[in-house]
Amino acid sequence: MSLIEVKGLKKSYGEVHAVRGLDLSIAQGEIFSLLGPNGAGKTTTVEILEGFRTRDAGSVSVLGFDPQTRGHESRIWRNRIGIVLQSSSDAGDLTVIETIKHFSGYYSNPRNVDEVIHSVGLKEKEGALIRNLSGGQRRRLDVALGIIGNPELLFLDEPTTGFDPEARRAFWALIQQLRTDGTSILLTTHYLDEAEALADRVAVINNGVIIEVSTPAELGGRATSQATVQWRDGDSIKSEKTDNPTALVSSLSSSFNGEIPELIVTRPSLEDIYLEMIGGANE
Amino acid sequence: MNKIPSALQLGIRRGGLEIRQFARQRESVVFTLLFPVILLAIFGSVFKDTIAPGVTFSQYFVAGMIASGLVNTGFQALAITIPMERDFGALKRLRGTPMPASSYFIGKAILIFASMVIQILLLLGFGVLFFGLEMPTDPGKWLTFTWLVLLGSACSTALGIAFSIVPKSGRGASAVVSPIVIILQFFSGVFFVFTQLPLWMQQVAAIFPLKWLTQGMRSVFLPDSFATQEVAKSWETERTAAILLVWLAIGIFFSVRKFKWDRD
Repeated sequence: MSLIEVKGLKKSYGEVHAVRGLDLSIAQGEIFSLLGPNGAGKTTTVEILEGFRTRDAGSVSVLGFDPQTRGHESRIWRNRIGIVLQSSSDAGDLTVIETIKHFSGYYSNPRNVDEVIHSVGLKEKEGALIRNLSGGQRRRLDVALGIIGNPELLFLDEPTTGFDPEARRAFWALIQQLRTDGTSILLTTHYLDEAEALADRVAVINNGVIIEVSTPAELGGRATSQATVQWRDGDSIKSEKTDNPTALVSSLSSSFNGEIPELIVTRPSLEDIYLEMIGGANE
Repeated sequence: MNKIPSALQLGIRRGGLEIRQFARQRESVVFTLLFPVILLAIFGSVFKDTIAPGVTFSQYFVAGMIASGLVNTGFQALAITIPMERDFGALKRLRGTPMPASSYFIGKAILIFASMVIQILLLLGFGVLFFGLEMPTDPGKWLTFTWLVLLGSACSTALGIAFSIVPKSGRGASAVVSPIVIILQFFSGVFFVFTQLPLWMQQVAAIFPLKWLTQGMRSVFLPDSFATQEVAKSWETERTAAILLVWLAIGIFFSVRKFKWDRD
């Protein structure tokens, strides 16, 4: 059974058609990443899935529930999901542990407060006022509040904006651990390397529709696209695109009598493929 | 699977959290709790006359200060701070949790009521010690006082939450809300004797709750003989209760129907 099922979703703001007939299906247990430029309809789509916005047309099911329903049913549904929004900056007069403990009281089966603090790496800061946290620490607090309810589904919106590379790696490990523990994750991000490191599948959204859904390795025919072989020949750098890089390398090797100087074999990065798709769709 | 905590349970927990947060904002604690005392000190020192036999201006003014304290602490504070919480993204985050809106409202009501109780104790203590304030002895008056504070702070809380949808941003909220409150205070007989105000001001004030809260507080702190000097020649206790209840209902209606968790 799919965790999230969207069919023919439409949403306009006046004359602006933000989402124009979008279909999406996300399976249980996967990390699914939604990619797309600003204004592509990404945020609108996610906010409809989170129950923050109403839709104009189409059907939406999240954990078997229509997010735009209100009332007690909606509380029971919210008890099963976690949301990490883009930066929120509360006044910050509470400590980390007070805040997490308080939020844990909203849920029927919260995770252990101490364990959550540990897992997001805020143990040393648990007694600190939120206002005294660094940007990255605040972001980890956001994540702690998103997962404290022990959600079946976690929405992560641009989670590592403003992180240094080390903090980012630590954060990725945390997200992978969550998935291992059984949480399904919908990740929106601008960082293609983040999607590549974390996502089982990615969807590229542009102009309010999904252009392609695939694994990061196969997106846009990436796995089968031509490789580029580059090497040094005397004073100049040469490069050649080819469907058969192994054959090319082996023939170069025999002509160089062994080692090929400064050999590099690459395939397009996820970012190359993505930019090509977005550019193509915009023309 | 355990059950989700009830809205009331969460509301009480939120009340505790709101009080803790409030207590850590030193500026706002001082301003909210001591400002009425400072005003009493200023006005009580300037106006030393009696306004009727046995009624000092301080006695009259304390009634007005408690009433306007209800409006400042509830309506004004909430109509300014809620848009700020909205700007910070704090409300949107709350909305993403299973905590219902009613719990958030109950939490605010608890905060307002708690700070009102402290404010009133300070004001009365200060008034008795330094400005010859006389406390009512009739238990009936204390009963009136109790329901006025309860109903008044509930009404003020509900209207503050409802009005929080009006300011576009937290930064501009004060400029929208404060003038309304100050004008109401002048019109409602907080700083001046109500019956000495122009008739049109009295009529405008009679639409809003502050005039009735002020008059109700006078019925507690002034001798019954003073009732004859009111506009209606009586304290109009039932009418006061009725008007406050109507405003409470209006406040709750708009809070529940129109509350905004997010900008735009």
